[in-house]
Amino acid sequence: MESFHFLWVSLTQAVSLLLRLDPPLISIIDVSLRVAFTALLIGSAIAIPIAVLLTSKNFPGRQFLRMLINVGMGLPSVIAGVVVLLLLTARGPFGAFNLLWTPTAMVISQTVLITPLITGVMISSLLGVDQRVKDAAVSLGANRAQRALVILREAHYGMLTALMAGFGRAIAEVGSVIMVGGNIAWADGISHTRTLTTAMILEVRRGNFEQALALGIILLTLVLVVNWIAIWLQRRAGR
Amino acid sequence: MIDRSKLTVMLVVVFCTALMFGVTAIGGAASGPLGNLVLATTTSTYDSGLLHILNPVFTDLFGVRVKVISVGTGAALELGRRGDVDLVLVHARTAEDRFMEEGYGINRRDVMFNDFIIVGPADDPAMIYGMLNVTDALQQIAMHEVLFLSRGDRSGTHIRERFLWAEAGIEPIGRWYQESGRGMGDTLVQASLMGAHTLVDRGTWLAMRERLDLVVLVEGPLRGGDVRLANPYGILAINPAIHPHVNYIMAMAYIGFITSPLGQELIAGFKRNGEQLFFPAGLQRGPNFAQFIPEECRGDDDRD
Repeated sequence: MESFHFLWVSLTQAVSLLLRLDPPLISIIDVSLRVAFTALLIGSAIAIPIAVLLTSKNFPGRQFLRMLINVGMGLPSVIAGVVVLLLLTARGPFGAFNLLWTPTAMVISQTVLITPLITGVMISSLLGVDQRVKDAAVSLGANRAQRALVILREAHYGMLTALMAGFGRAIAEVGSVIMVGGNIAWADGISHTRTLTTAMILEVRRGNFEQALALGIILLTLVLVVNWIAIWLQRRAGR
Repeated sequence: MIDRSKLTVMLVVVFCTALMFGVTAIGGAASGPLGNLVLATTTSTYDSGLLHILNPVFTDLFGVRVKVISVGTGAALELGRRGDVDLVLVHARTAEDRFMEEGYGINRRDVMFNDFIIVGPADDPAMIYGMLNVTDALQQIAMHEVLFLSRGDRSGTHIRERFLWAEAGIEPIGRWYQESGRGMGDTLVQASLMGAHTLVDRGTWLAMRERLDLVVLVEGPLRGGDVRLANPYGILAINPAIHPHVNYIMAMAYIGFITSPLGQELIAGFKRNGEQLFFPAGLQRGPNFAQFIPEECRGDDDRD
């Protein structure tokens, strides 16, 4: 059991960091959540209409688009990172906006990564809606918009899963945010673009493995809490 | 099935939360009237904690906060070349000089130095312990084909390592020579786990050694070793004639600060486990400011 001592060390470090409300840690959690939630908001705003369109209308290129989304679901984050870096670099097409090394740059790369994932999961949950429900809606005189709403409501569990998967990927993401955000903390340790994952990278680089794992434990706890809140909200709405 | 109004309420709650976070995230990029200063530097200066000592003092003096991007020397200079940072603090003199010659850098100053050392497993399979000539030691490593872990990332340490192999007349090829492709800390940890040798700057070594299963086998000039293991750090501003958007004024303020008696004192006073990691080199009585001097204007002054 001696060799599993590290788990205990990391756990106690995680708890003491949280209990002390360690200001650098709080700011890192804050940045992680803000960036991931913003990416989720933008990503789902793009994903929902695309998913509805791709499952309700037949048009040329639909299969191709679906294929693109499937590829995008597994997009390696370093690819997104390099592309966003080249877009935002001073001499790049969007260099004038001065977005490199900001949380906004991180939001952009995370959005690129999670939008296909959200769209893909939404498509499969919308396709899973029983044909009889759609037929019933139409036979009861639903117009196209009302029919889409019925389907959305029927697929709400899968839709929520899509959002949670998107949030999960966003907050667990490290490859692209470290490239375009720069893992910056101000001199007092307060995070500018440092997230829980990039802080873990730094601690590993410094050889502080237990500290890195402590941050990992906090990250998992955070994801757990967010999932719990989402399910609770869904239960409440479903009652 | 849930009713529509409840679904709407749920979505609105989720979206409002996200929006609240989102708006503040975008607003989080605020900066002062003189903007932020973006400094690209090597992992050795950042991970060791030196900049945590220097930057708050700079911010107090000038009211400008410093964004530090810690990467390898090669990547730091590349960010400078693209105009994505305002100044760079690196340790590869040949690469710095080339950067100055290309016109991307301006007002280079020496800042500080320490040295490189070769570390490896305590049982010293290549029998290099205590060797005073680093190229002899490398030849021994190659001859015995003992594991050597290279950074492989165009960092200052990697550039120096390749230079030393060339000096030793060896093209390191074979299963014993491996690249980690990662930063200094990562590479040390990996070398420790593999029982490999690696070249490391003394600052990172001192900051991390108690977590490593490695020992110093070949010393640098700070402990009487080979002068080819000297590790000088230089700072330079990005040329505003090429990249007009850079924060040149504050970059020069930073260079002034770090090479001032105050900055140099902070560097000299920075210790980890009671040992000094960097030795100031920014203050000199002589006229040699250790800048890049074009070939035609160069006298026989002492460039290192």
